Amino acid sequence: MKRSFLVVFFMVLFAAAAAKAETLKIGAIYPLTGPAATTGKELADAVKLAQEIINNRHDFNLPLAKDEGLPNLKGAKIEVIVADHQGKPDVGLAEAERLITEENVVALIGCYYSSVTKTASLAAERHQKPFLNPESTAASLTERGFKWFFRTTPNDDTFSENFFQFLDELNKKMENKVKKVAIFHENTDFGKGVKDTETKYAKQYGFELAATISYSANSSSLDSEVQKIKNSGAEVVLPASYVSDSILFMKTIKKFNYAPSMILAMDAGFISGEFGKSLGADGNYILSREVWALDLAKKKPMVAEINKLYKERFGKDMNGNSARTFTGLLTIADAINRAGSTEPDAIRKTLVGYSIPGDQLIMPWAGIQFNEKQQNELGRGIVVQLVDGAYSTVWPFDLASREIVHPFVPWDKR
Amino acid sequence: METEILQAVVSGLLLGLIYSLVAVGLTLIWGVMDIVNFAHGDFLMLGMYTSYVLYTSLGIDPLLSIPVAGGFLFVVGVVTYRMIIRRIMHAPMLVQIFTTFGMMIFLRYVIFFFFKPDYRSIGNTVLSGNVKFLGVYVGIPETVAALGAFLTTGVIYWIINHTKIGGAITATSENRVAAQLMGIDPDRIFSLSWGIGGAAAGIAGALLSNFFYIFPEVGGVFGLTAFVVVCFGGFGNIHGAFIAGLIVGLIESLGGYIAPPEYKHLFVYSLFIFLLWLRPRGLLGVT
Repeated sequence: MKRSFLVVFFMVLFAAAAAKAETLKIGAIYPLTGPAATTGKELADAVKLAQEIINNRHDFNLPLAKDEGLPNLKGAKIEVIVADHQGKPDVGLAEAERLITEENVVALIGCYYSSVTKTASLAAERHQKPFLNPESTAASLTERGFKWFFRTTPNDDTFSENFFQFLDELNKKMENKVKKVAIFHENTDFGKGVKDTETKYAKQYGFELAATISYSANSSSLDSEVQKIKNSGAEVVLPASYVSDSILFMKTIKKFNYAPSMILAMDAGFISGEFGKSLGADGNYILSREVWALDLAKKKPMVAEINKLYKERFGKDMNGNSARTFTGLLTIADAINRAGSTEPDAIRKTLVGYSIPGDQLIMPWAGIQFNEKQQNELGRGIVVQLVDGAYSTVWPFDLASREIVHPFVPWDKR
Repeated sequence: METEILQAVVSGLLLGLIYSLVAVGLTLIWGVMDIVNFAHGDFLMLGMYTSYVLYTSLGIDPLLSIPVAGGFLFVVGVVTYRMIIRRIMHAPMLVQIFTTFGMMIFLRYVIFFFFKPDYRSIGNTVLSGNVKFLGVYVGIPETVAALGAFLTTGVIYWIINHTKIGGAITATSENRVAAQLMGIDPDRIFSLSWGIGGAAAGIAGALLSNFFYIFPEVGGVFGLTAFVVVCFGGFGNIHGAFIAGLIVGLIESLGGYIAPPEYKHLFVYSLFIFLLWLRPRGLLGVT
């Protein structure tokens, strides 16, 4: 009796092991604990949903959705092993090492924080494993000349360029043309980086830079700063601000009865929940860049369908971060499938020549295709406008869910 | 050109008056007891949240909640003295510093806990909008806040210099033992100083809540400047703190007008260091 039980036990074990052999592992490294734990959980959830869609049959126009598993690998299923980097670059590096050497993952994705992506991708480079980064935007990551590092999200440089593409297209479309811009940026890494790229692209796209104002985010007053911008005669103000300073900026321009033709912000404070909540109607008509928005569903119904699945499982809506991570896992799995092999070299070669059109993505991108730096060159941001508490996509014009209000409505006409 | 300078001067004076009021409370406690209250900026933050709560729960306009915020922070000041400061009066200075510093952290995180790390702001108040005067835009809430700060500072000045209680406070700050011999109870005077100091911060907070964002760490924005103003004006000198507040506000604003605004604090701190070099006890400090 005992013996037969043992035999059955081992048979089950072998069967399990045999079944296991048909799954392939992908490592995902995210901040499951620490200051960004909330985001980390959303990203891990996005990974779970993407894994479910890959492994099961679904009727979406997404890569691998219509098959069970990876058809070119005899229907092999994928298993994503999610590791926690706690927001720390050293932990991210150690986890990447562990996933590669102990878990034998085929490829890695992660890590949200640019600082952690930077270190974790070092391990992949050393062990020659493909590393796909879906959501870190520091431009420098793809400037390192790494052989195994690929990035699907547009980076900060692209987002700055998007502003001027947007202004260019707007000038062609609208009566009210804008030519003079002023950069208003907080004086740490974030603001300075934005200032540098915006300065570069303003010149490249032929806009006149009327003023560049740097300030400290915890100022007790922005009176002199706003005064300077007002005197510069700028038509477009480009702020790069955190929360408190974005609120103070709006209160100050209202106090001075100053209404430029456009306020076009580099996300952060201007798209924080508190911005709209604390300013109410005074926050209306500002524009900000975003990476993704739920109202893209109006032109891309699949966005709403995927979001519905996500919400059913995890109780909240997707956002720009989870949407990008979701897309990242689909991309790497699709590349492995197209390579038809788990050999790192074969996967890398496939990624280099990889191409997918925008209609097979839930992102507002033209598609995915890597340039010589292995940065997706078809990615782009969107521009959203705040009207009565809701942000709506207004650019790219073909994805807009509502007509842009331009110019910015003067304070006495509201 | 002239209007721009005028605008900078007006902005600077309005801001300076707020700085003065915050600094007056700080300098009072400092002068009387030789204790630095690092939580002073957070008293101001509590004042802001007092008017925020009254506004959101009972619909009371921040203008009307000024006395409530002042009264509440008076009590907070007195309780702080009786429960905490009294025990460390004779402790080494480092202990005193860490105690008030710890209090600052404590107050911030209590507010973080109850109000979450959200930025808040009070809209649709009686005071809102702006007026254009001689080509210069002046925010109405800012102007009323500055006037309120001016009045409150004046009242505190009057209490200290023209009332019996004020005389007792001055006497205690000059010579504690002699004051005690004259029948003044220093314990009561200390309580009162903490109360008045707290009330000044509370009133400043309520005035600010009309136009500034409200956040658990907002005390830091004004706290540091208050310290500079107090040193600038001379430790414990109310008159000095008032003048120094105006000077700091003006320099900050004019500096931002003349040079790129990112250097506005450079002017303030350069002058500050220069002044301390000339007069180590501050502008009106007794050497």
